[in-house]
Amino acid sequence: MNAYYDFAPSGLARGWAAFKRPFHVFDNRPSKIILGIIAVLIAYALPLLNLPIITTPDSDFGGVLFDVAAYALIAVGLNIVIGYAGLLDLGYVGFYATGAYTVGVLTQYHWHWPFFLALPVAIGVTMITGVLLGAPTLRVRGDYLAIVTMGFGEIIRLIITNTHWLGKSAGISSIPMPPTVGTAPGAGNPGGLFQVPHLSWGTFPNVIDVGHKTGVLAFGVLDAIPFYWLILTALFIVLIGDKLVKESRVGRAWEATREDEDAAEVMGVPTFKYKLLAFALGAGIGGMSGAFYATRQTFIQPQSFALLLSELFVAAVIVGGAGNRWGAVAGGAVVAYLPERFRGFSDWRMLIFGIALIVLATWRPEGIFPPRRTRRAIRAEAVVEELEGETVDA
Amino acid sequence: MPESHTAGRTLLELDDVTIKFGGLTALDGVTFDIKEGEILGLIGPNGAGKTTCFNVMTGVYQATSGHIRFDGQALHKMPRHKITRLGMARTFQNIRLFKSMTALENVMVGADAHSKVGFFRALFRTPVHRKTEGESRARALELLKFVGVAGRADELAVNLSYGDQRRLEIARAMATNPKLLCLDEPAAGFNPAEKQRLMELIRKVRDQGYTVLLIEHDMRLVMGVTDRIVVLEFGRKIAEGAPAEIRDNPAVIAAYLGVEEDDDAAS
Amino acid sequence: MDFLLHHFVGETVGGLVLGSIYALVALGYTLVYGVLQLINFAHSEVFMYGTFAVAWVFVFFKGTDSTSSSLWGVLPILLVALVAAMLMSAAVGIVLERVAYRPLIKKGAPKLIALISAIGASFALSEAMGLRDKIAGWFGLKDNLANYVGQARETYSLPVAINPHGLFTIWDYRVTDVDLVVIGAALMMMVALDQFIRRTRFGRGMRAVAQDPESAALMGVNSTRVIQLTFFLGGLMAGVAACLYMINVGSTRQDAGFLYGVKAFTAAVMGGIGNLRGALVGGLVLGVAENYGGAILGTNWHDVVAFVLLIVVLLFRPQGLLGEALGKARA
Repeated sequence: MNAYYDFAPSGLARGWAAFKRPFHVFDNRPSKIILGIIAVLIAYALPLLNLPIITTPDSDFGGVLFDVAAYALIAVGLNIVIGYAGLLDLGYVGFYATGAYTVGVLTQYHWHWPFFLALPVAIGVTMITGVLLGAPTLRVRGDYLAIVTMGFGEIIRLIITNTHWLGKSAGISSIPMPPTVGTAPGAGNPGGLFQVPHLSWGTFPNVIDVGHKTGVLAFGVLDAIPFYWLILTALFIVLIGDKLVKESRVGRAWEATREDEDAAEVMGVPTFKYKLLAFALGAGIGGMSGAFYATRQTFIQPQSFALLLSELFVAAVIVGGAGNRWGAVAGGAVVAYLPERFRGFSDWRMLIFGIALIVLATWRPEGIFPPRRTRRAIRAEAVVEELEGETVDA
Repeated sequence: MPESHTAGRTLLELDDVTIKFGGLTALDGVTFDIKEGEILGLIGPNGAGKTTCFNVMTGVYQATSGHIRFDGQALHKMPRHKITRLGMARTFQNIRLFKSMTALENVMVGADAHSKVGFFRALFRTPVHRKTEGESRARALELLKFVGVAGRADELAVNLSYGDQRRLEIARAMATNPKLLCLDEPAAGFNPAEKQRLMELIRKVRDQGYTVLLIEHDMRLVMGVTDRIVVLEFGRKIAEGAPAEIRDNPAVIAAYLGVEEDDDAAS
Repeated sequence: MDFLLHHFVGETVGGLVLGSIYALVALGYTLVYGVLQLINFAHSEVFMYGTFAVAWVFVFFKGTDSTSSSLWGVLPILLVALVAAMLMSAAVGIVLERVAYRPLIKKGAPKLIALISAIGASFALSEAMGLRDKIAGWFGLKDNLANYVGQARETYSLPVAINPHGLFTIWDYRVTDVDLVVIGAALMMMVALDQFIRRTRFGRGMRAVAQDPESAALMGVNSTRVIQLTFFLGGLMAGVAACLYMINVGSTRQDAGFLYGVKAFTAAVMGGIGNLRGALVGGLVLGVAENYGGAILGTNWHDVVAFVLLIVVLLFRPQGLLGEALGKARA
């Protein structure tokens, strides 16, 4: 009986179910696969398409998409911890920082490893950190876990700020970007393995803008899009892995542990082991995202990894609908995208965000995409409601 | 699994088990054992310590003193999930299903107790994973059919009727492949017809080769289905024996202030 | 280590002063958690608004006159400021409860969602304070209220720096009037709150709702009122803390609540969540430990000490130093 998760279905979720109904023709496997492939292609092509409404006027869209994908990746990782295993982690930024700093230290500050060698090490180091943190603390109660993880996130930041070997508050700069494959990008020449043009609607019907191209696998300061493609690929790989693991006894063990830890134990689930696994996996994914952040920003400093970020990450997961990987993606996207889209109102962004969170929490508690379990409950709820003529508490 | 109805070797031994919670002594020197293949009833007035007894057996509580041996092995400080793997499974007095999982998934969690699949086998979809998944699913469906809930396999557990939920709990416990199945008031809230069905189910369970420990308040059910009964009062064992002996035992009668009648008294 | 031994008394008294402020803020966290099992993340902003109330009262009376003064010199203004801070913080607490929590409590929403609402409220409140110059601008009051608005997002100082006045010496440390006022005020408020909860009808109502909301309702306890009261009291305590903070520190910012909030919450958990005396003990222990840690390891590390201490306590005594009083909210 986990007091955190007894969601009641909402009008939004019902609306989504209704919206999907006419599309039921696509419910068979081959259609889903084709739609999936099309969606993936669109995702990759997005920065090139220059679509009018969603393209951000005040900041580099490629960069924004990178941030969106980065947050989506973080949210997916945190979703494993919070949504699947039911562990309230308020210190996720600590793992993000660990990944970023491992890359910073390995590729620039003390050694000069290439990025793609530092990346798996960063993931590994962060996972080990997750295990070291989780082993003693996952035995404590839910609310306390939240505080302990929060403390951990802060400790990481404070240690970095005070440790000379990690650059202290000055941070680490000149972190190298991933190695470019093909010609190096420079002014006027996007470089890379081959080049892909952007679209430009202003010159319709001549939409292909050969003057504006992006080099594939060309990592330079001018164009964020290759970074976006890199992290997007990582995101898809993680999503596939997430689905494979979730739809197995591991996923079932997590759900059971989250629902009712004592009953799960009694049914033979080694709950501690699986909580630790969720924690470590979440940590690794957070570290991965941090590593990408480091190589893209090329400069990291402890002030960037504040508790505020942990709270944002949690908000992303919950807003999306904890327990649903696509909800996490959506939540991460929303949290990253909206402030950028409305950058013109920059001063008011956080205030509006705060108010938006309150409104969302009080009106749509189960998030934008609650997991299928809640949607399934909707049908049953609707039947019961008809019979009883009043709302049933979940 | 042995098929005979005659009791076999000792499966579970409680030896002078005492448990104190602060000033309260919930169990006081309780001693009894359960033989393989029998259906043992554990009865007593409210607050006698029956569920506490269950909890001590399944590792939810630690006994303050005394020993518990299951299948020859001492259970002292063994983690709960290991006790389940040893072969002791239980249901709960207040139904603790995994509400947001389907009936089938609930039972599969039980079947997972003996799964050798871990993170890597799941991630890479190894043959072991596929085989285990298939077997778990098949066994789960079989058990759902056995208890009579197969038609609701894909329903969320929270949406099942009360009776189906109770039966689902039994299926889930059976999925862990136990030697001893402990049922904590499985008939609570049932009408006479459902209680009849439950009695038949419990007999079928024993016929499958499981040993059953049953906590129940309904005397007719207990008398009708058990081979032996242990009676607790205020944490102490006050009687033990065949149903007929217990029914006529003055201490037992006194403890209950009269043997409890079925709510729907007629026949 | 040397530093600590040489300045032992000073560090201890300083720790107690710091801890007293933590304790008062911790009371707010522990009360809400005791009654609602909810972590009120926005309590740090309740505190922060109190600090601004103190500053504004001083600006009102002293304008931009920035002479420093002794504690007794500004006593009347201080008392007005204290009341203002208590009212301000209590008001913010009440609004918070009404807007961010009550709809969720009524729906019986999962606590994770309440957490999101709290985080949103925390952002909104601190940002609103950070944007005070723009907000004032809307109403065309920017010039009139220039002194009150100050430089948004920058440190906002009391125009009057309060000079502590040494009273007596322990060993080599001169204990000041500020030290005594802070520690004394915290203890007094603690006792007052304790008495309120134990002796009055309202306090009994709080304890009842904390233990069993449904039975409490059946007994005629209005749980909405009780919850409002809980936030109100927590706000009052935070207001006192805010005033003491301003006497001690003298300046504030829109994010000043944050670190104090986190640490005060740490103190509440360390002492035993839901336990009022625990909040006091936790606060004092945290303040002193932080000072000692900072003295031994260097001042940069004092924040780390706070968090490490929290983790250590939770690992070895998860119910907190004085034990939980979940559902009892007793001292």
